[in-house]
Amino acid sequence: MEKEPDMHDDPDVSAASRRTLEIAVSIILLVLGTIVLGDSWRIGANWGEDGPQAGYFPFYIGLIICITSLINLFKAFKMHADASFVSRKALGLVLTVLLPTIIYVGMIQWLGIYLASTLFIAAFMWKLGGYGIATIAPVSIGVSALFYIMFEIWFTVPLPKGALEAMLGLA
Amino acid sequence: MDEIQSLIQGFSIALSPFNLMLMVVGVLLGVIIGVLPGLGGANGVAILLPLTFTMPPTSAIILLSCIYWGALFGGAITSILFNIPGEPWSVATTFDGYPMARAGKAGQALAAAFTSSFVGAFVAVILITFLSPVVANFALQFGPPEFFAVYLLTFCAFVGMAKGAAIKTITAMMLGFALASVGLDTVTGQLRLTFGQTELLKGFDFLIAVIGLFGIGEILQTLEEGLAFKGAKARLNLRTVLETWKELPRYWLTSLRSSVVGCFMGVVPGGATPASFMSYGLAKRMSPRGDRFGKGEMEGVVAPETAAHAAGTSALLPMLTLGVPGSPTAAVLLGGLLIWGLQPGPLLFVEQKDFVWGLIASIYLGNVVGLLMVLSAVPLFAAILRIPFSIIAPVILVICAIGAYTVHNAMFDVWLMVIFGVIGYVFKKLDYPFAPLVLALVLGDRAEDAFRQSMLLSQGHLGIFFNNPLVGGITGFALIMLLWPLLSGLKTRS
Repeated sequence: MEKEPDMHDDPDVSAASRRTLEIAVSIILLVLGTIVLGDSWRIGANWGEDGPQAGYFPFYIGLIICITSLINLFKAFKMHADASFVSRKALGLVLTVLLPTIIYVGMIQWLGIYLASTLFIAAFMWKLGGYGIATIAPVSIGVSALFYIMFEIWFTVPLPKGALEAMLGLA
Repeated sequence: MDEIQSLIQGFSIALSPFNLMLMVVGVLLGVIIGVLPGLGGANGVAILLPLTFTMPPTSAIILLSCIYWGALFGGAITSILFNIPGEPWSVATTFDGYPMARAGKAGQALAAAFTSSFVGAFVAVILITFLSPVVANFALQFGPPEFFAVYLLTFCAFVGMAKGAAIKTITAMMLGFALASVGLDTVTGQLRLTFGQTELLKGFDFLIAVIGLFGIGEILQTLEEGLAFKGAKARLNLRTVLETWKELPRYWLTSLRSSVVGCFMGVVPGGATPASFMSYGLAKRMSPRGDRFGKGEMEGVVAPETAAHAAGTSALLPMLTLGVPGSPTAAVLLGGLLIWGLQPGPLLFVEQKDFVWGLIASIYLGNVVGLLMVLSAVPLFAAILRIPFSIIAPVILVICAIGAYTVHNAMFDVWLMVIFGVIGYVFKKLDYPFAPLVLALVLGDRAEDAFRQSMLLSQGHLGIFFNNPLVGGITGFALIMLLWPLLSGLKTRS
């Protein structure tokens, strides 16, 4: 995660108010509820010849989601706007972990889980822990090797592998 | 005394060397999981569940339930030494446990916590031993309307017992039901909410939701408080343990009361966390030392720990007898039963005697093993928390990713886990509870089936849920629970 440009500002400054988040979540849930309603109606939410149709039960679920989301939305609008959902500093810390995790999951597809995990752990230790290569290499490679032994050999559960494993003849 | 005979039979199954080894491994893993941030009972069991697919069901459930007991014990370690509750129900343990540790009495606090946990679990397992065959026998007469009424009660109890906003509890729960309905409808063969996406055909697996919500979400949440854990030193030797044991009988009344509260709240779903708070509150009000609570009073550790373990253990009673789990971890175990090809519910006691009694016997043994292990190895477990965050965090994230992948061998699930993680982070901060969401996701299909079958029986009349005193009573009680927040709101206003 790159340093925020305004890091010299007060780190406790709010990045988003709780009210904004409450409203956003209520609206997203309202949309989801409407989708559930719509799709249940499409496949039939009535009483068929042989009993309740496939959308009978989910239709009411969608309806309740819509109603409760509207109540939550209404409550959120009445909230004071001054309560903070997350401070800038906290958001920064959360993104420090979330963004690399997303990149890591993206890498699994291309590199296989073992190489991706090794790089992920190494990057974390280097960026956040400030460790040298002498500590990083044994820990990151060791952990992946341990997982390899556990999953591929003990439990015979195959995990995604990439070009490296193929090259080493392990795939 | 059929129960005693069945229990002895159960012990003979649980005491095989392989199962004993699984118990030790399970408790050890469980404590580690309970101590680590981002890993708790529910997602720890969820991650390890795919590894048990090939084991015999009895051994698998012994391993997984022992992880659960271990995680319950582990939660107390972090609460007392680091003021970080490992599980939601160890929050109340921090109130007096952490001040005790700060005052240099960490050893006493830990010994008291572990011993009380053991007492609570022991009372609960005695309850399971003698009550569950009765409940199961009774439930054998249940038809679809009764089962739906029980599900209704389960979910309404969440609303009635919830600490936070009732409307948000309902929203989270309904979201769980909606997610559960995605995919192929088994009755009509129609596709629901898939929008042409082949990945959605098999629906959302609750294991992925659990790993994301409780794992990734929890890590993001702990991150906000900074990257380092500052903890008290733990020294626990035999003398401290014996001294604490000499002191504990003084609190017998608190132990007893907390066990009762815990068992009651555990059987009623969603109750483990309120149980620990309620028990702490009661102890504070009733104890002659009540005014010293919060400043490091041992009784303040005994009360919540006893109740939490009693609740956590007795949560298995409704899971085994009715197929309704009382806690998220019990829900994951229930998912395990389905995967191993067992049908949870009253018939389990008739058709799978060895499994049920092997499990119950293993609860007795697992807790003894657990108590001995945590008492002897606290410094080791506390050392885990001293591993720098920059090493432990990526390793936990890797474990979560592997866990999510192994459920169906699908990358899609790993992405889903990340999404659930973000949802978990936001939901947690906005007080949308996870437990009802997960339970609805687990029970959604079964609840819907029970509802549909009932509707078929009655040709679409809701009156079937009040048709006889039994089903009417359960439904009525469920509705009272559902309206409870509204009723108590009116009461305080008038």
